[in-house]
Amino acid sequence: MSLLHYWRAMSGIVGRELWRFVTQRERFISALVRPLVWLFVFAAGFRTALGLAINPPYETYILYEVYITPGLCGMIQLFNGMQSSLSMVYDREMGSMRLLMVSPLPRWFLLISKLLAGTGVSVLQVFVFLLIALAYDIQMPWQGYVLVLPALLLTGLMLGALGLLLSSFIKQLENFAGVMNFVIFPMFFMSTALYPLWKLKESSVLLHHLAQYNPFSQAVELIRFALYGQFNLVAFVYTLLAFLIFMALAIVGYNPSKGMMTRKGSV
Amino acid sequence: MNKCLVSLLLLANVMSASAETVFVTLEKDNAVAVVDPLEGTLLKTIPIGQRPRGIALSPDNKLLYVATSDDNTIKVFDSDTLNERAKLPSGKDPETFALNPVGDKLYVSNEDDSMVTVIDTAKNKVIKQIKVGVEPEGIAVSPDNHWLISASETTNMVHWIDIKTHEIVENTLVDTRPRAASFTADSQQLWVSSEMAGTVTVFDTPSRQLVQTIHFEIPGISSDKIQPVGIAIDQSRRFAYIALGPANRVAVVNAQTFQVEKMLLVGARVWNLTFSPDQKRLYTTNGLSNDISIIDLDSQTVTKSIGVGNYPWGVVAKP
Repeated sequence: MSLLHYWRAMSGIVGRELWRFVTQRERFISALVRPLVWLFVFAAGFRTALGLAINPPYETYILYEVYITPGLCGMIQLFNGMQSSLSMVYDREMGSMRLLMVSPLPRWFLLISKLLAGTGVSVLQVFVFLLIALAYDIQMPWQGYVLVLPALLLTGLMLGALGLLLSSFIKQLENFAGVMNFVIFPMFFMSTALYPLWKLKESSVLLHHLAQYNPFSQAVELIRFALYGQFNLVAFVYTLLAFLIFMALAIVGYNPSKGMMTRKGSV
Repeated sequence: MNKCLVSLLLLANVMSASAETVFVTLEKDNAVAVVDPLEGTLLKTIPIGQRPRGIALSPDNKLLYVATSDDNTIKVFDSDTLNERAKLPSGKDPETFALNPVGDKLYVSNEDDSMVTVIDTAKNKVIKQIKVGVEPEGIAVSPDNHWLISASETTNMVHWIDIKTHEIVENTLVDTRPRAASFTADSQQLWVSSEMAGTVTVFDTPSRQLVQTIHFEIPGISSDKIQPVGIAIDQSRRFAYIALGPANRVAVVNAQTFQVEKMLLVGARVWNLTFSPDQKRLYTTNGLSNDISIIDLDSQTVTKSIGVGNYPWGVVAKP
């Protein structure tokens, strides 16, 4: 296998995903509508809910919509990761996954290509969202818009890897609703996306701990700090480790001789 | 080597030139907080007297005046060393006061006695007491040193006092509970905030006629929480900044069109504010969140809030 083969395969997978995203206008719009509804409707209702406390990376008082913007960036990537997972299950059912998996290239490479494709799409969505937020007067320091890119790549990869891992467990498309109930919602609501940790601690110490160790929280914090031109080392290490673990498990999960696929006999 | 030394000296010069100190009175701590606003740090807190509120610098920035209300005096400090230099006979419970542009006269609102006391700062003695309306609070001297303005909270009036004769020339009704008064740099306009009415009234100084009443609205905040107090108008009269009390906002008002252009979120119960000497920043005291907020005026954004102590009240910035 030459490098050219690898390149062709990766550009094919990424290109297909991006093309699918661009041509499916409804998907593009719905991906943006979800966080925008949270921003314009939910955040408007809770404008002054945060109370008075300044926590890093913020150096002064902020409105609630400013607080949840990084969380909504994370939300876009979380749903995108799950959407990729959904499309994997769909591809498997339609047979195009078989086509991909019988390629002579290593399975891990194909999965990473698939992951990169999904991450690229989610980063694109986040930047469009940030642009709309900017028009709504939610402005980050200019360097934040640059520094958030590497953070979004890592968080996108981590959440995408989680999606891949989940997709290796889901046998049929109908089971996807379970993913929504048992993964996306708890991950999103038990995180720092909507409320800061100190606020959670006020109501429940257990919730505070669950949110603290939730990889999605760490991803959101990595994005939040990057948007303000700061680097959160703990969030970075946590997100990186979570990515490596999810990815390794997904690769195992997609291995026909070892993973879930054998037991399900579906690929 | 020499070039390096010269560069270092120049850098040191620039740095010392841009140094700035902010003094904040802490009503509950009986102290003054000293803040480095460029570094964004609280440098120290110095006990100063009972219940300090009003604060001002002399025109040459060498002296710091602090009204220590429960000591019934205005104390004078060396602004570099903060050593006490004198105590002025302010009358009972001084809260707000104003210096004339030369710095040789100080005018104090005596709320309980419904008086304005005129003090000669050099001789350290009262030279006149002027009877005004009930509960005088806001006090201002026009930059051309022609007018002294006293605003009476209960009478809802501003009193136009000729600074030469110390006589009231005219009384003008304003909206409920006037708190602060401020002149534009050219002395052509007087702005008065009315706390309970939630308005700011602008008067033309030569004719003493009303020019405009400014109203404030903040989506999601009830109107009774919008209580304008402190006013700061920039040198070129482009923008005026109004502290809106429990609304926790500073309103940015276009001083030419009188339109409210922006609301800036600061700490809780913002009352007083002051410009940095170069007018690039604005400092606000947030009484209930125990901090001051720094507003960058180029970008019109709040850049930092710094904890300073209990009940920050008045603020001045020294170059």
